This record gives sequence, structure tokens and C-alpha cells, in this order.
Amino acid sequence: MTANGAPEALIRLFHVHKRYGPKHALVDISLDIPKNAFYFVTGPSGAGKTTLLRLLYLGERASEGQILVDGMNLSRIPAKRIPFLRRKFGIVFQDYKLIPTKTVFENVSLVLEAAGKKFRLIQKKVRSVLRTVGMEDKAEALPPSLSGGEQQRVAVARAVAGDPKIILADEPTGSLDEDSAAVIVDLLKGFHTRGGTVLLATHDRSLIKKTGGRVVHLHQGHLKEITSAGLDYR
Amino acid sequence: MMRFYRRAFQDIIGNRFVNTLTVITIALSVLIVSAFVLFFINTAELIDPWKQGARIMVYLHDQVPQERIEPLLRQISGMYGVDHATFISRQEGLERLKKSMKRQPSLLENLKANPLPDAFEIRMIPESQSEAAMEVLANGLEALPEIAEVEYGQQWIGRISSIVGLFRLGGYALGALFFAASVFIVANTVRLVLYSRRQEVEIMRLVGATDGFIKAPFYLEGLILGAAGGTLGLGGLLAAFLFASTSLDQSLAGTLLKLRFLPLSTVALVLAGSMVVGWLGCYLSLRQFLGQTPLSEPL
Repeated sequence: MTANGAPEALIRLFHVHKRYGPKHALVDISLDIPKNAFYFVTGPSGAGKTTLLRLLYLGERASEGQILVDGMNLSRIPAKRIPFLRRKFGIVFQDYKLIPTKTVFENVSLVLEAAGKKFRLIQKKVRSVLRTVGMEDKAEALPPSLSGGEQQRVAVARAVAGDPKIILADEPTGSLDEDSAAVIVDLLKGFHTRGGTVLLATHDRSLIKKTGGRVVHLHQGHLKEITSAGLDYR
Repeated sequence: MMRFYRRAFQDIIGNRFVNTLTVITIALSVLIVSAFVLFFINTAELIDPWKQGARIMVYLHDQVPQERIEPLLRQISGMYGVDHATFISRQEGLERLKKSMKRQPSLLENLKANPLPDAFEIRMIPESQSEAAMEVLANGLEALPEIAEVEYGQQWIGRISSIVGLFRLGGYALGALFFAASVFIVANTVRLVLYSRRQEVEIMRLVGATDGFIKAPFYLEGLILGAAGGTLGLGGLLAAFLFASTSLDQSLAGTLLKLRFLPLSTVALVLAGSMVVGWLGCYLSLRQFLGQTPLSEPL
């Protein structure tokens, strides 16, 4: 908590703009996301949801404005520190982004290998997260042999394996059936319950309603409003 | 480190066809270049003994009196580049000729008089055996009034020197050519692997892998390919050498020349060179690949 009683911000955006040539993808976005929050980012296609998430893990740099993530100023971060910024995040994509030629186990262990973790710890941790997402028995399977829901569970396992502070999920349920989507959202809620912060970009209103949390509404790159939906997870 | 080796070997096995072709190409390059080096080393061995014996023959006019021989010998011995000079009388010259032509004695039997002139045999100091030094000395000798002719096999020396020079130049050119070709092929192989793993590289960047973590297996792969190609090439050369030397040794028996394989230091140098080829090919490929999508920079 800050001195005035407001929750401490883990992510802060100050007047952030993102332009692609003459097109404005994000316009003057200022936003604080506290620790242990569950935030939805919503809006119609082209509203800037994905762009907003990409700016946070430095998939792209902001054209203007400042972004702070866990005390790191992204406009000043040198290239060699970017991998360390990205280790603060676990990222889940709509298209899963799993390596098709590596087993489920290898896909998840990649995060820990990249962080230089020891072999034994990797073995233990990967088994543990696969158990959490219910994919322990599929550890040796290759992603193409799994269903969409299963692949996304593996993607969530990979996202949480490195014990990140924040999970960024970009339309994680976009290509899943209702049951599989519910499992993914439950896993993300579980991460949030254990103290993590979740930013979930979606245009699925029913998902927001069922899940509950703070909702950032974007429209044509502008931040329209921040509301609460259902149960407030903050 | 083990995980980098594991990934490098996984890549090599996963792309075994391309990698086998690369190893064979490096091996062939190493084989051809080191065969050239081997030939050059053994040719130098052949030329060196001849060079040790490089000599100038000086023939005198018929009318030179015997009392001039001794002062002339002293004068010639004092000339620049001369190691030592020996007087060979016309009689001694004829004896030598008879000895060297003992299988055709009839050729000399009917001689009524000795046709040979008195001569000096001059041995040069090793440092002055270049064609230019010999020519300078020959000009000095020809200027002496008692001397009728100077013979030192100018053309032969010139030809041998230019052949040796040509060999050396050819060796350098061939070495550079094969080096460049091998680097190019390794670079292409690594580029193929990189493109096939483009998605994987992107994902590794997303999960916070550093440049070193991503690049290390590729560099290891380059070094392994280089070492494997170098070993295979040198092995092939050794096998060819052993095969050739058994038959050649018999025909060279009795001569001063003894065939020998590359010295250990050269073997190590060739092996290191082939590993540099692998590394450099990898470096160029990674630089180009990462230049298009710089690592650690925003995607």
C-alpha cells in the first residue's frame, strides 16, 4: 500500500502513445495496475488490446510516454536487460506459441533453462506445474498431438513455470470451446489467488462477466473507462 | 554448458542430411588444402638438398699459366657469396667424366687429347643461393680475363624457383578459396537451421532467454561441424598418404628423399582452422539472421 492507502502499482503507464506511421494504435494511455490484481483489457478488434500488452513486455516500444514495470522504466532499459524484464512476465497467446518439435515437458522447461536454473530444479518444477494444469501424463507428447484446450494448458504451465509476477494473456480463450476456456480462466485465477497479477485481453464479454475483475475498456486506441465486473479480484 | 551441447547435438541430428553434407564439404576442403601443404612440404624436402649443393662451375682459357691458378683461387674464394672454391685440373676433370660415364667407356676411348679445360668448382654459402646472388657472382667471375665460361644452371634455378613460387601462390589461393567456400557452406547450413527454428528463437526471446543462451548452441554446432570435417579430411589424407607412401617409398629407396606426413603442429593448425571455419560460418549467419530480427530488442 502507498502512503495514501492506494494499492502499490506494479505496472504504471503515463501518457503512453503508440503510432504506426500515421495510424494511432494507442492514444494517451495512463493506467496503474496494482500488485495481485486481475485486470481485463477489452474492446473491439483494433482497439489496441494486443498493442498494450506488447508494450509491457517490450514486444514493441512506446512512441511516447513512460511505462514502469516493477520499478523498471521501459523507455530507459538497455537491450541486454530486456530478457530480465521478460522474466517478470508469463505470456499466454491465443495461438499458444508452443514449439511443435519439442515435447510438452521441453516446452515448459525452456523458461527455466533460459533463466539458468539447475537441471534438478527444472525437473521438479516442470512436473509440478504440469500437475497443476492437469497435463502431467502428457509430458512426453508433442504439442500438435494435443487438443487446443490442452495446448493452452501447456502454454499456461509455461507461463507460470518461471514464477513470474505478472501473466499477460492475449485472447487465451479465443480459439477454445467453453469448457476448455473455463479451465484456462480457472488456472489464471489460481495464479492470481497465489499472489500474481493477471492482465487478460479479450473481447468476450460473457467471459468477463463470469470471471469478474477490473475491466479496462479501450476504443480506437483510447482508454474509455475502467469498471468492475462480477467478483472484484483486486 | 551441458544443455548447450545437448541442443547443439539435437540440432545436428535433427538436420542430419544438411549437416552431413556440410561436414563432407569441410572434409573435402581440408583434404585438398592439406594435400597441397603435404605436397609442398615434401617438395621442399626435395629441393632443399639440391639447394645445399648449389654450385658454380668456372672454366678457364687454355693459355692460363699454372702460376696464375693459386692467385685466382684466392681471388675467387674472397668473392661475396662464395663458401669455398676448389681447383679441378683438366686431367682431374677427365677422370671424373670417365668415372661418371663408366657404363659408356667407348665414348671416351678414342679421344686423342683431353678436350676439357681447367676449372674451378665454387660452392656458395646457403644465404647467397638465390638466383639474383648467383647471377651477380657469375657476372663478377666472367669479368676476370682468365675465365672463359661460367656455368651455374641459371635456367634450371630460375625454373625451380618460379615453380616453387607458383606452388606457394597456388597453395595460398587454393587455401583461401576453400576457406571461403567452407565458411559460405557452414553459414548456409546454420541459416537453414535458424530459419527452421525461427519460431523457437522467437519463443525463447519471449520467455526471457539472453543472446548468449540463444547463440551458444549454434556456435557449438559450428565448432563441432568444423572439427568433424577437419578430422575426417585429415583422416582421409592420412589414409591416402599411407597408401601412396608404401609404393612410393620403394621407388625412392636409396635416394635422400624420405616422404613424411604433416607435422603435428600443422595437423593441429589445420584442425583449428576448420573449427574457425565452422565458427565463422555460424557467426556470419547469426549476424545476418539477428540483423533482420535483432535479439533482445523488441520483437
